[in-house]
Amino acid sequence: MTLLRKYALPVALIGAALLFPLWNSFLEGAFDVNLMYPVIVVTVYIMLALGLNIVVGFAGLLDLGFVAFYALGAYVVGWLASGHFQQVSVAFGTTATSITGEEVPGIHLSFWIVLVLAGAFAALCGVIIGAPTLRLRGDYLAIVTLGFGEIIPRFFQNGDDLGGFNLTNGTIGIKAIDSPGFPFLPDALSAWQRFGTLELYPWFYTILVMVLATIYVNVRLQNSRLGRAWISVREDETAAAAMGINPVTTKLWAYALGATFGGFAGAFYGAFIKNIFPTSFSFNVSIFILLMVVLGGMGNIYGVILGAIVIQGTNFYLLPQIKTWVNSIGQAVGNQTLATVDIPKYSFFIFGIMLVLMMLFRPEGIIPNRQRAEELHDENPGSGDAMGGPVRA
Amino acid sequence: MATGEVTKGRSGSLLDSARASSWQTRIALVVTAFLLVLLLVQAVRDPAQFFSQLVIGVTNGAIIALVALGYTLVYGIIELINFAHGDNFMIGSFVGLTVLSGTFAGIGLFSPITGDAGTLLKVVGVLLALAVAMAVCGCLNVAIERVAYKPLRNAPRLAVLITAIGMSFILQNLGLIWKGPAQVPFPELVSSANILPTDAIIFRWKDLFVLGMTVPLLLGLSYFIRNTRQGKAMRAVAQDKEAASMVGINVNQTISITFLLGGILAGASGVMFGLFNGITVFNVGFFQGLYAFTAAVLGGIGNLTGAVVGGFLIGIIGAMTDQYIGVEWTSIMIFSVLVLVLVFRPRGLLGDRSAVQGGGS
Repeated sequence: MTLLRKYALPVALIGAALLFPLWNSFLEGAFDVNLMYPVIVVTVYIMLALGLNIVVGFAGLLDLGFVAFYALGAYVVGWLASGHFQQVSVAFGTTATSITGEEVPGIHLSFWIVLVLAGAFAALCGVIIGAPTLRLRGDYLAIVTLGFGEIIPRFFQNGDDLGGFNLTNGTIGIKAIDSPGFPFLPDALSAWQRFGTLELYPWFYTILVMVLATIYVNVRLQNSRLGRAWISVREDETAAAAMGINPVTTKLWAYALGATFGGFAGAFYGAFIKNIFPTSFSFNVSIFILLMVVLGGMGNIYGVILGAIVIQGTNFYLLPQIKTWVNSIGQAVGNQTLATVDIPKYSFFIFGIMLVLMMLFRPEGIIPNRQRAEELHDENPGSGDAMGGPVRA
Repeated sequence: MATGEVTKGRSGSLLDSARASSWQTRIALVVTAFLLVLLLVQAVRDPAQFFSQLVIGVTNGAIIALVALGYTLVYGIIELINFAHGDNFMIGSFVGLTVLSGTFAGIGLFSPITGDAGTLLKVVGVLLALAVAMAVCGCLNVAIERVAYKPLRNAPRLAVLITAIGMSFILQNLGLIWKGPAQVPFPELVSSANILPTDAIIFRWKDLFVLGMTVPLLLGLSYFIRNTRQGKAMRAVAQDKEAASMVGINVNQTISITFLLGGILAGASGVMFGLFNGITVFNVGFFQGLYAFTAAVLGGIGNLTGAVVGGFLIGIIGAMTDQYIGVEWTSIMIFSVLVLVLVFRPRGLLGDRSAVQGGGS
């Protein structure tokens, strides 16, 4: 019975997610809306939010440059699965073929290999940036990650002439990234041989499997030795160190794991949208993901998923809808400003207010993690070194 | 500080630690020396260009130093990185621009002051813009503290930092709503003509103006903190909030005054930035804020002298990168400085918090 109670909700939710293409086609028939594309994008963001949740929710560190890992993942796919490096011609298990039968220029590795490499590369970068700064107080990490998140896209923007070498193709970005796929499958499963732009369900199932794996890792981490170490370090770093936990290694694990999932999500997204530009990885995206974690509930997996869905929904449906309403009201009363105001342009005004209000009135989020909620409402927190400590020790 | 490793060498001057340095510090010193030699080679090759660039660096450094002081003051007193401070600087430049345009909220108060105006009008205009921007930014900073930071004074630091980020976005988007997404031009009220008789080295009236405005502000701040009752209260609160309140210091008021001072400096800096560069834009606060924070960390966060020294150094590093490496790499270069300082000398060149707390050792 307890087993049933424990697993009923997750199993039902996973079942509903697995059957999504089915009820999507039903919705398409009934209301003439196809939700497949937006749902894939939302799922990518769920994965990003879950990755950031490890850093912010579990370890209690503030990472303001999460977009950097997302960008790194996307660029690894750009480098290893497109015609970008025309000087060489390498192909392995790829879906890219040329009509003439000649060798395709550029590096074309199988997406599944690149996915793993992207995660590993992002983790490596996470360790490189985290190792020196994690020794310091948590707020330094916040500002370093903020700078890092801004510098990485800028580097991609400037990286078209590094001593004469075109690494990132500048503002034009990397185009025509290969689709994932399983070229060895029989022709009956043609949609799975090479993921196309018309049949989106292979994409959906791929990202769904990736998210489920992320959730599994999140759940398993929560009550692991490492997960408990994170709790103790975020509550009181000095006490944790006295109990034999190495705070730096512990925090570094959180940072590297978060970066890995950011890299995975970036790799998938790069292959999904096919063209990547440095401008699509701006600082705003980091804050966007942070807001998902904060709104949903730091440290609570259901909360983070809900946060991602709510924020993406607000961004893509609610704000344009409000714009239409406000504009029609403006037209009705003859107010030029109201009739032409472009609400989605100011979305980050609204998101900024949401961040502040959440912190002031409900810092634990919509679906709180119980332990996190108590920490956030603790009137007399522990040592001032950890991010769980007060502003002024 | 989180670990014993960092706290170990907390006291002691730069020289002491150089003598008892670890391999890390030595590597850092060697790299710095190498870069200085490279710079010296450039200086010898074309001295005029080098010194002109140096002047630009010092002027930019003055603007950065004023913002860095705001970070360092607030950090010294409540240990909060006030992310919204850079955007306060941007609001300052917008307020200055609005004052010079003479029109606010559709009401024309006086005709716009442009580059064609008479000298007296220009002086009055610049001073008025500075005064209004300083007042508005000071009050804005106090209001932000009251609304957003004060209720969270005993909350975990994570919550306050997230609030600060939220405030930063709110201010930035207020700027976007106010002046739109494009760069807005400033009237050229301070001449770009060269003061020096030769054309080789360029030292413009603009540079003199910025330096001439910064020095009195710095002296005034220094006097305020060292010699007034309120300054003494600030130092006491920075050292120990509880003990300060026990001896009858109004802690909340003192924190508000700290934010007020930071805001005033940011406002002045914003107007000078606009007049010096001729443009401003809604997101200018992001990078200027990051530069200023780097300056504060480089000098030793919480240390007022450190923020000024760091500001000038960052200004010079930025100008040299502009000239000898390329403008598009400047932000990456300054950010690398931030990371390297944090790795090799997290308490900064002059040691953290010593000035506010009345001596580091």
